[in-house]
Amino acid sequence: MSKVVIIGNGVAGITAARHIRKLSDDEIVVISAESDYFFSRTALMYVFMGHMRFEDIQPYEAWFWEKNRIDLKNGLVTEIITDNKTLLMSNGETINYDKLILATGSKPNKFGWPGQDLKGVQGLYSKQDLESIEENVKAAKTAVLIGGGLIGVELAEMLITRGVKVIFLVRENNFWGGVLPKEESELIGRHIKKHHVDLRFNEELDEIIADDNGRVKEIRTKKGEIIPCEIVGLTAGVSPNVDFIKGSGIDVERGVVINTFFETNVQDVYAIGDCAQFKTGVDGRKNIEQVWYTGRIMGETLAQTITGNKKAYTPGPWFNSAKFFDIEYQTYGWVFAKMKEGEIDFYWEHKSGEIALHIVWDESTGLFKGINVFGIRLRHDLFDKWLNESASIETVMQNLKTANFDPEFYRLYEEEIINAFNTKTNLNIQLKPKSWWRNLITN
Amino acid sequence: MGLFLLALLIFTSLPFLGTVQLTEKVMIEQLNEQELGNLQTRLNESLVGKEFSNSISFSNAFEDIFNEINEELKAKEDWDNVMWTPVKDISLKLVRSSTIGPPVDNKWLLLFLTFGLGIIGSLIYILSDLKLKGPPGIKNDGIYHDSATNRGWIGILTGVWLVTFYILLYFNPSTIANMIAIADPLKQLFIPTEQASKWFLYGLLYTTSMTVMGIRMIIKYRHNRYQIVRTITVVLFQIIFAFLLVEILPMFDLPGKDLKNAWPLDYYFLFEWNVQNLFDSGNFGKFIFVWGIVLSIIIVPTMVYFFGKRWYCSWVCGCGGLAETLGDPYRHLSNKKMWTWKMERWMIHGVLVFAIIMTIFTGYLTYNVFNNPEMDGKEMLFGISAYDVRSWYGFLIGSIFAGVIGTGFYPILGSRSWCRFGCPLAAYMGIVQRFKSRFRITTNGGQCISCGNCSTYCEQGIDVRAYAQKGQNIVRSSCVGCGVCSAVCPRGVLKLENGPEEGRFGNEGPIVLGNNGFKLNQ
Repeated sequence: MSKVVIIGNGVAGITAARHIRKLSDDEIVVISAESDYFFSRTALMYVFMGHMRFEDIQPYEAWFWEKNRIDLKNGLVTEIITDNKTLLMSNGETINYDKLILATGSKPNKFGWPGQDLKGVQGLYSKQDLESIEENVKAAKTAVLIGGGLIGVELAEMLITRGVKVIFLVRENNFWGGVLPKEESELIGRHIKKHHVDLRFNEELDEIIADDNGRVKEIRTKKGEIIPCEIVGLTAGVSPNVDFIKGSGIDVERGVVINTFFETNVQDVYAIGDCAQFKTGVDGRKNIEQVWYTGRIMGETLAQTITGNKKAYTPGPWFNSAKFFDIEYQTYGWVFAKMKEGEIDFYWEHKSGEIALHIVWDESTGLFKGINVFGIRLRHDLFDKWLNESASIETVMQNLKTANFDPEFYRLYEEEIINAFNTKTNLNIQLKPKSWWRNLITN
Repeated sequence: MGLFLLALLIFTSLPFLGTVQLTEKVMIEQLNEQELGNLQTRLNESLVGKEFSNSISFSNAFEDIFNEINEELKAKEDWDNVMWTPVKDISLKLVRSSTIGPPVDNKWLLLFLTFGLGIIGSLIYILSDLKLKGPPGIKNDGIYHDSATNRGWIGILTGVWLVTFYILLYFNPSTIANMIAIADPLKQLFIPTEQASKWFLYGLLYTTSMTVMGIRMIIKYRHNRYQIVRTITVVLFQIIFAFLLVEILPMFDLPGKDLKNAWPLDYYFLFEWNVQNLFDSGNFGKFIFVWGIVLSIIIVPTMVYFFGKRWYCSWVCGCGGLAETLGDPYRHLSNKKMWTWKMERWMIHGVLVFAIIMTIFTGYLTYNVFNNPEMDGKEMLFGISAYDVRSWYGFLIGSIFAGVIGTGFYPILGSRSWCRFGCPLAAYMGIVQRFKSRFRITTNGGQCISCGNCSTYCEQGIDVRAYAQKGQNIVRSSCVGCGVCSAVCPRGVLKLENGPEEGRFGNEGPIVLGNNGFKLNQ
């Protein structure tokens, strides 16, 4: 029996802890300076908006940890001494380990803007960020958000519910343009504006200006415009939270450098989740993956290795999801912002302008590559299977009805989509009647 | 909102309006021979002709006299003269026919000022959400910041009002005689010679609340067709079956039964007066008797097999319908902790056992009434009286649990505490749903982000997330299939489905989809 210490109680660290417990009798200690218990980071916004209390976003009750002998420790690790496998805590305590898992997550990006550490300037990542925005919103009339990504749109939605006017500055000329193709970015951009967010493209922050008390009072854009505001939201992405690891002998670049087994350069030290940086990205993925699902998959996989069944990181086909105000988004496989060589696509948008489907395949082989949907839910199992088995675009399009995961009685658009698809591609694909998805999988 | 509050204020103040004065004529009309014999002298001395400022003081005075005389008779063991009709029923009857002043003079006006204004006020408030809350979508903003919906002072006040109303309605109806009186004009649209009973007022209030709050539900979920269809259906079942038919059938001298009410929720199905009443009503009565048996034994389990218990609980049932409409603002208040799930299983199955035992007792009594009318002690089984068993059941389960706690505690315990902890029909269907049904809530692979919206907004207190984050389907006896977990999910993870029984539990393993590295459960 060895002692496994995990730094960080986010989804990666906690998933690893849970799976190590399932597979072994190891002593497990999870250290976090952020919160006593694991919570769903992606749900912080719902606490602010009053949909839930903080305790509701904690997936496990307190007894769970005791029952599963996962020792939760609230404290800040200041130093890792790898020579004698010891952690130094900010309160002077030391903790030793046999195996160490770094799952320290991220912190909001700050690009050296003047005034970026003023009062009223913040990101939205941690429990502490939630507490500080509750404080900052009290006297706020206007907020300026910097950076056009998922956290920005969450922050906009949150602030709007408290009656704050939101000005959203995006450096690119489209919303989340690095990830979404142009059509989808425009769709989301329109929806954001519909919710009375002042969304401005091709705008960059130059400086954040303080009042006499060191609080933000206005910002200046690169174009020289002054915008008075009480909150500045820094939402231009996140980067690994690894500062305290530097100097410990563990190899750190942007994140903690690991191989595909999550091993760092130091024996018995591993890294997973947002803070980890693969030497080279797996399966053409990014070398730093900052997504809930990948954190979870890494935790599941590393638990195997820790308990003696050495496994490399082998995530299945890419998938992700998000919600932009009222529009749900799901993606399976790869739909890049700019199509790769040899790819061909089909985009359908409902006349409401809020429901869309974008599908990409390989022109010469007809292999299905990926799909984006907005306002339509699709079955993960089915797309996972199709992507694993290299299904053709015909297979996918024929089975759209079976792939649909919308609630019962919803209006379905498959006929309309197929007609448009056949018209565009000169193919003649017939929709197969909806069959029970399980039959398809076992066929 | 102001209009609604004004209407509520007028409604609440009704018991204090008008005066009560009993005349000799009314006394003689309303009391039977035995009662007159016992009471006439004393009533003439101290009550008749005297003006009471409200129904409460009148009822107190009357009930004092009644009880005193009855106690004397009991003490003398003069059993032939002891009065067995509940005193509350008699005092309600007397108050109803002796009230003077606004509540009886202006019934239409007061009906408008209470129900009318209330409906108009609520609708204005509800319709303004269309504009104020922005485009269609899940808008649960501020629910936990609002004292009406976070067990704050408005919530507690609402609970106190509801509980008081229920207690008066069940146990002291003469105090709310004026509230009942203003429903007379509507009752008389059906049968001109009849006065409204307290159950008519209750049915009217129930149906109105469900309809108005049903409109709110439809507006709130106007992007979700499952919710729209379901809400319209459950409200129509209430209006047509529980309200209109119950009033219309007696117009044709038929028994006014709620045809959708199935045993064991309809716990008096085998009571001897119910069976008697049905058999006295010709072929239609017999049809209702047979229908009741077929409904409970064949239709209910068959439908649960194909669609889950939702077909009843959130599409047809009146209790469920009120929870889904009036109770919707409180649905998140149900407790999700493991200990409440354990308690729930003991309680609801305990009530089911109680209901079955009670039915055996009353069935035995009813059998004897029909087949051994001369038998002594036909109500006695195992030395216990069927009358006692059923009055205990009626009091504890029928009134306290289903009414006072089930609805009165909406703002404290959430909207479905009766359905979750107490309803014997739900328990019965739950067993079928858990072990033999095609219904499940499918979890969409590995898309769950453990946010907790599904669990929070589950009115039945199911920790939906505990299943979803493991990639498991949700198969739980208590799920009423309201579909709100699926609606509030921000990532499209949950879908209510009927499908083959095979594989309905989905992925049983601890690994969710998206990881190709290894499989544990194969």
